[in-house]
Amino acid sequence: MDILVTQVFNGLSVGSILLLAALGLALTFGQMGVINMAHGEFMMAGAYTAYVCQQVLGDAGLSLLVSLPVSFVVGGLLGVLLEVTLLRRMYHRPLDTLLVTWGVSLILQQLARDLFGTAGVDVPAPGWLSGPVEILGFSFPRSRLFILVLAIVAVVAVTLLLKLTPLGRRIRATVQNRQLAESAGISTRRTDMLTFFLGSGLAGVAGVALTLMGSISSNLGTSYIVDAFLVVIIGGIGQIKGAVIAAFVLGVAQSWIEYSTSASIAKVIVFALVVAFLQFRPQGIFQVRTRSLV
Amino acid sequence: MEEVDVAYGRTVVCHGVSLEVPADGVAAVMGHNGAGKTTLLRAAVGLLPVKRGRILLDGEDVTGLPPNQRVKRGLAYVPQGQQSFGQMTTAENLQVVADGRRRGAALIDEALDLFPALKELSGRRAGLLSGGQRQQLAIARALITEPRLLILDEPTEGIQPSVVAEIERTILELTRRGGLSVLLVEQHVGFALDAAGRYYVLASGRVSAEGSGGATAAVDVRSAMAI
Repeated sequence: MDILVTQVFNGLSVGSILLLAALGLALTFGQMGVINMAHGEFMMAGAYTAYVCQQVLGDAGLSLLVSLPVSFVVGGLLGVLLEVTLLRRMYHRPLDTLLVTWGVSLILQQLARDLFGTAGVDVPAPGWLSGPVEILGFSFPRSRLFILVLAIVAVVAVTLLLKLTPLGRRIRATVQNRQLAESAGISTRRTDMLTFFLGSGLAGVAGVALTLMGSISSNLGTSYIVDAFLVVIIGGIGQIKGAVIAAFVLGVAQSWIEYSTSASIAKVIVFALVVAFLQFRPQGIFQVRTRSLV
Repeated sequence: MEEVDVAYGRTVVCHGVSLEVPADGVAAVMGHNGAGKTTLLRAAVGLLPVKRGRILLDGEDVTGLPPNQRVKRGLAYVPQGQQSFGQMTTAENLQVVADGRRRGAALIDEALDLFPALKELSGRRAGLLSGGQRQQLAIARALITEPRLLILDEPTEGIQPSVVAEIERTILELTRRGGLSVLLVEQHVGFALDAAGRYYVLASGRVSAEGSGGATAAVDVRSAMAI
C-alpha cells in the first residue's frame, strides 16, 4: 500500500510539473499552432528570475511569492518580444518557426551562461516548504505538494480566463476563425500578442516551480520541452482538459515504470507507448479545430 | 469604391470597379458565380488587399486599414456561408463582439429583439445551429458593432424558405429605420431589387450594368445577367 500511494503521488508530482510546463504551450502551440522551441528557455528565464529575486530580497519565503508574478511577467515579455519581432511574420510557415525559435532558445541559453555562469545555482526553498507533511499516515514532501497545488491553480485560472473573460473569448474566437474574428472587429494581432504573453508567462511560473526541484542551469528548458510538447499533442491540440489528463497519465506511467526499471528505460518505454497511442489516435485524447492545424 | 482592382497573386479578379452605396440606402451587387462579387466584398472589408483604387467610408479613405479598424469606423460584414465561431455558444458569439462596448448589453438585447429565435438558443454551441439560425446569429453579431454600412454576402443562400422570408423582412426593416446603409450581394434578384435603391451587375470582375433599383429594374438586370 505504501508503495502504491508513494508511486501514485510521485506520478502526480511529475505530472504536475509536466502540466505547468505544458500549460503555456497549450496556449501558444495548442491554441495558436506556433511551434515555439524557446518555450523551455522561457521556463529557464522564470527560474533565474526566482534566483535573482532571492538574491535581491534575501528571504526565501517572500522571494518565492514575489517571484511567481515577476517570473510570469518576465516570461510573458520575452514571449511578446519573440512574437512581435519574429513569429508574427511566420504564422503560416511552421518549419521556419521551428528553426527560428530553436535558434532563439540557443541564444537565450548562451545569455544565461554569460549572466549566471555554467554551473547550476540553487534557489533554496523557504522553511514552510521544507520537509514532509503527514496526510493519513503517509508522508509527502511539502515542495511537491506546493507544485501540485500551483499546477491546479494555474489550470483553473487559465480555464476560467478562456471561458469567462473578454480576452478568453477573443482568443477562442481568433483560434476558431481568424478572418471572421478580424471582420467582427477583434484585433487578431493584439490577441496573438496577449495569448503569447499569457502562454510564455505560464512558462515563467513553471520555471519558478522547477527551482523547488533542484539546481537550475542554462539547459533547464531542454529537459522539459519535448515532454511538454508531448503532453499537448497527447491531450489533443487546443484542449486544456486533454493536457491535464495527458500530463498526469504520463507522470504516473513514468513513475511506475521507473520504479521497476530505471529512469532512462522508463523514458524509452513511455515514448514507445506514446508513439503506439498516436498511431491509433493521432488527434490525441480530445480534438478541436485550430487555426493552423485543422 | 473607386476604380478598385483586386487580385489573387497576379490574377486580377476585379477590374476598376466603382460603386457607391446610397446614404441610409441599399446597393445590391448581382452576378453569376465567379463574377467577383465575394472578392469585391472581401476587399471592401479589408480581408483582401486592393491592388489599385480606393475604398471610402463616409469620405474617409479606409483602403489601408485592417478589417478590425474598419469595423471600428462603422463597417460590418456578414460573410457568405453562415459563418460563426462554432465552438462558442450563441451568447458567446454575441458577447465577444459586445465586449468593450459601452452599450454592450443593450446592443445584444436589441439584436436579439430582431431575431427572437436566438434567445432560446443562447446556451447552444453555434456549430450545432441550423443554417438559418447561424445566419441570423451572423447578422445579429454584425449589428452589435453599430455599423453605418452593413455588408451582406448572399444572406439567404442555402437557407430554408421560411427563414429566408424572416431574414429578408429584417434587412428591409433595418434599412427603413435609417442610419444604416447596406451593400448586399444576392442571387435572389427579386428581393435584391425590392431592397435596393441602386444595383450593379458584375460580369468577369467588371461592372456590366448599373442603375436604380425597384421592380422595373428586374428586366434590365436579368438581361444583363443573361449576357
